[in-house]
Parts: sequence; structure tokens; C-alpha cells
Amino acid sequence: MTDFLQLLFSGLATGAIYALAALGFTLLWQASGTINFAQGEFVMLPAFMMLGFMSLGAPMLVSFVLTVLLAILVLGWVFKRGVVDPLFKYGMMPIVVATIGLSIFMRNGVRAGYSAEAHPFPSLFADKLFNIAGVTVTLQDIGTFVLAMAIVMGTQAFLAKTVTGRAMQAVAQNTESASVLGINVPRMIFYTFAINAVLAVAAALLVTPTYLAKFDMGEGLGNKAFFAAIIGGFNNSRGALVGGLLVGVCENLAAAYISPAYKDAVALVIFMVVILFKPQGLLGKKEERKV
Amino acid sequence: MNKRFALKLIAACAIAASATAGFAQEVIKIANIVELSGSGASAGTNFKNGVELAVKEINAAGGILGKKIQTTTNDTQSNPGVAKGLTQKAIDNDVFAIFGPVFSGSIMVSMAESRRAEVPNFTGGEAAGITEQGNPYVFRTSFTQASAMPKVARYISEQAKLKTLAIIYVNNDFGKGGLDALKKALANSPTKVVAEISTDNGQVDFSAAVLKAKQSNADGVFAYSNEEESARILRELRKQGWTKPIIGETTLTGQKVIELAGDAANGAIAHVGLTVDAPQPAIRAFRAKFEKEYKYVSDHNGMKGYSGIYILKAAIEKTGKLDRKAVAATLHTLKVKAADQPGVLMDVSFDAKGDLDRESFMIEVKNGKQEVVSILPPLGAGATPAAAAAAKK
Repeated sequence: MTDFLQLLFSGLATGAIYALAALGFTLLWQASGTINFAQGEFVMLPAFMMLGFMSLGAPMLVSFVLTVLLAILVLGWVFKRGVVDPLFKYGMMPIVVATIGLSIFMRNGVRAGYSAEAHPFPSLFADKLFNIAGVTVTLQDIGTFVLAMAIVMGTQAFLAKTVTGRAMQAVAQNTESASVLGINVPRMIFYTFAINAVLAVAAALLVTPTYLAKFDMGEGLGNKAFFAAIIGGFNNSRGALVGGLLVGVCENLAAAYISPAYKDAVALVIFMVVILFKPQGLLGKKEERKV
Repeated sequence: MNKRFALKLIAACAIAASATAGFAQEVIKIANIVELSGSGASAGTNFKNGVELAVKEINAAGGILGKKIQTTTNDTQSNPGVAKGLTQKAIDNDVFAIFGPVFSGSIMVSMAESRRAEVPNFTGGEAAGITEQGNPYVFRTSFTQASAMPKVARYISEQAKLKTLAIIYVNNDFGKGGLDALKKALANSPTKVVAEISTDNGQVDFSAAVLKAKQSNADGVFAYSNEEESARILRELRKQGWTKPIIGETTLTGQKVIELAGDAANGAIAHVGLTVDAPQPAIRAFRAKFEKEYKYVSDHNGMKGYSGIYILKAAIEKTGKLDRKAVAATLHTLKVKAADQPGVLMDVSFDAKGDLDRESFMIEVKNGKQEVVSILPPLGAGATPAAAAAAKK
């Protein structure tokens, strides 16, 4: 039983990480109808930005704030103006291809500019171990889980409860009607990209101590997060949380009770089962066709 | 004098003249073909610096057989194709020997060129396949997996006296090669492998793997993966309260792993073929000279390049002439003692395949630093670790 709990807790911590990255997918989809396949690299780049600021002597939180600003500019504004806006009118496919290309560019850019080696990344939490009934949990695990939950819930509340959040969703559901209603459509779409950038930085802060800062750290993360987002429901931010945690826990259990060799296939299997029986995802709503 | 005789005479003179021109070259040309950029940059730079340091010393002491060494350096960009081209270029330039590339993938491709031209080629690559193809012109400057694992196995069963062992390995050619070599070496020993736990390249969460190792109730764990993954395994072992021995090969106690794993690396033990922290006087002297020259501490690749040049020197001096073929033949059964030739750093012997054998070390990480805890005898020295145990400080 303790073994099971150990696996469960470790899986929850990893799952929370997937959930954070998955949230980026669902957010962009909900508010602007875009899929960003460079989402994993959007987490990787801020990690290196923070490392850069820290190596210049800035404390961790200052680096975080500076990175948030830089990320809003680069991953929010530049990404929107440079990639999404010019391609939007041609439909979804060109954006998907462009973001795949962007992810390759970002990965190799960091490898060439920084190095191919992994770099240690300081943790937000002290290096502390808790032993609860035979199960060992690190403060890092607990902190990551709690913060990730808070961020996902906070984003969900923002979208559902605030005027701006509702306006953003309205834009996503029907751009023409939203603009007729007097909503500043480009601004709302920019907000989405900015929030996505901030989420990516938060994810980087929580993820990198475990993943280590490396040019290809986003690759696996992006894949798992994509599956997690679809499993949970692509149009629901709480779905990202459910999907992320489910993938994290099931992976760990499968690795221990079946075979570690199948670990990476777990996300794919859950994804296929969910798609077969509930195509809109576990918490997703059926989308009405736009007319 | 008839015409035919005159022609023969001219031809003979021409051959003699060209041969003497060959022998009478004023310098011994050596090409460094190493990774100075790309993923192998750190390994290649260390190797090259080691080579150049040795060359500088030898030249200052009068050279080899009275001739100075001249080196040229070229960057393979960690690309096997470029390495092959540069090797060809070096051969066109009539070099006596080639040093590098350091990466196994590159030497596998480039050594066909040096073999065709019959030029001795020293490499830092550790893949077993390099010397298994019967190339008489390729020589190693370090151990292979196939020669390192029997040493580790001997340590595990005879010195650490582990009755049972769990192995966590990375599921790729490198990991499986190591696993098979270790299992083979442990087959006739008192140590039993009770768990083989496969993990993935790039895996992040090792909680299930470590849990399996714990459940196997083994006396110790052997961790064999790449740098980042090794660091994560160490962290997870510490997290789950693992207190039994953690043993590995080279990577597990590498400086990068220690940096990434932090405190969790303390206590990890690994076999390394070469380390600047070794207590031998020749290695101490090398470390000091290297640090003085390049303002940083060499890694094992610096030692490979440095000792490689001295091994070549010993082979040329034993052969007594600058003949590539004869020198390569000499190298195949060469035994050099560090007492006679301190530059080789440790007593070393070569076999018919171009593989080397010498003492090696067990390293333990203490307070974030590598410390040599035991010296392992050469494989050829038989299964008596008593001398090594005595050398334990």
C-alpha cells in the first residue's frame, strides 16, 4: 500500500507539471482557436531567460518578474504578430505547421546559442523531505502540486468570472458577434497570448528544477501536455488539470506494475480510449459549429 | 653501360632518394582531428590541450629520435563526415600519426582513411566496436565498456562483497551494452543480479524505477545512464531513503552529474579509467602542469591526449625509426612503464586489437567532490584485488 501511495504522490507532482503546460493549449484554443505545438518550447525558453538573469546576479524572484515581462513581449506579442496573425486567415493547418517549425527553431536556437548540456536550476522550495506513513514526499513535489492547482483554478476563475475573461471567451466562440457587441477583439486575443506567456514562465519556474534546463526539455513535456489537454477536454481549463494528473499518475503506476518500457505509451493509450468513448474529452463540452 | 642498366640505376636512385627524403623529414607531423565545436566540444578541447601539452614537453626535451613534433589542429564540428574529410586531408599532408576524433561515431567513419593510408590513429572513443573490426592502425587511449565492466564486477563481488544487485540502466545501445557486459562479468561471481530495471533516455521521473530496486531487496544498486538521468536517479534514490551502496561506471560520479544532483550525489561510487584526482605522482604532476598551462583542471580526455602522445613516443623509440608500419606493429604488443616514461601516466599495455589495459580507479563522491577510494589492478593482472585493497588509502 505504501508503494502504491508513493507512486501516486510522485505521479501527482509530475501530473501537475503536465497540467500546467496543458493549460496553455486549452487557453489558446478557448480564446483564439489556435493550437500551439511549440508549447513545450514556450516553457523551455523562459527557463533559460531566468537562468540568464540569475547569472547576471538577479535574485530568483526578480529574474522571474523580468522573465515574465520579456516572455509577454517575445512569446506573447512577437508570437502573435509574427506567426499567428499573418497565418490566421488561412485556417488552422498553416498555424499548426508553423508552430511545429517554431519549436524546432527554438530548440536548435537554444542549443546553438547556449549549449546542448543540461544546467541545474534552483528550486523555489527548500530541499526538504517529508516522511508520512512510509511515503516520502519532497517540499518541491508538494509546492509544485499546490501552485499548479492554484494557477489552473485561478485561470479558470478569471475566464469564467471576470468581464475580461468572459469577453475573451466570447471572442473565441464567435469573433464577429463579439466585435458587433463592442468587444475589442485584437486586444482580447493579445490578452490570451500574454496570459499564455505568463503561464509558461510559471511552468518553467516549477518544472525546471526537476527537468533541468536543457534545450530539448520541452519536447516530451509538450507531447504529454497535448495528450493531457485532449484527454481532459480541449475547451475546458479544468480538463487540463484532470488530464495532466491522470496521465502523470497512470504513467507512474504502469511503469511500476506493468513495465517501465511502456511508460511513454500510457498517455497515448488513455488518449485513444477517451477519444473513442468521449471525443470531446472527459470534461469537454461539445462544440457548436460556427455559422 | 647499356640503356636498360642506366634506367635501372636511375630508378634505383630515385627510389633511394625519395625514401631518404621520407626518413630525413625534419619534423614529425601529427594531426589533431578533434571536436572543437558542437556537442563534443568539451571532450575534444581537453583532448587537444593534452596532446599539445605533451608535444611542448617532448620538443623542449629534444623531441623523439632527435626530431621535433609539429602539430596541426582541425575541428570536426562533432560531425563524422567532416572528421573523415579532415583525416583524408591530414594524410595528403603526409602526417606521421593522427590523434582523434574523440567521439566513437566519428572515429568509426574516419579510421577507414587512416587504415588505407597505414597511418597510426589514436582515439578517445570508448565504443567496443572500434577495435573489433580488425583495423591494425587504430589505438585506444582509454578503456572500452567491454574492459571496464569486468573491473566493476570484480569490485562489486570481491571488494564491496554485494550478494545481490539491482541494475537500473538506460534502454539504448549504450545502456544495454553495459548491462550485458556487466551481467557477463558477474556470471561466475558470488553476486546475483536480482533486478534489471530498464529506463528511458530523457526520463524525468524515476520513482517507479527506484521503488522496484527497493522491492528487489538488493544489497546495492548499479546505476547506468546518461548524465542528466544519472543525476535524477541519484536524487530519487536519496528521496526514497536508499542507504545501500550506489555503484556506477564513469558517468555516475562525473562533475556534471555532481553539479546536477547536488547533495544527492554524495556517497555514489563509480569506476573511472582515468581521473586527475588519482594519487599517482605522474598524474599529480600532469594535473599541475595542465592547470598551469590552461588555467583549468583537465578532465579524463586531457589525460587521454597527453598520455597518447607519450605512448606514441615510446613506440617510436622502441622501433628505433620513423616507419609508420613498424611503429604500428610495435604498438600492438607494447608495454610501457610509467617509471621509464612518466608521460604515459600509468603502466600501460596494448593487445593485438589496439585496446589498452592499465590500472583504474574507484571514485566516491564526498562533499560534492570526487575522491579516489581504491585503485583497481589491470585486467591482465589476474583476479587478485589484494594489491588494490592495500593501496586503498
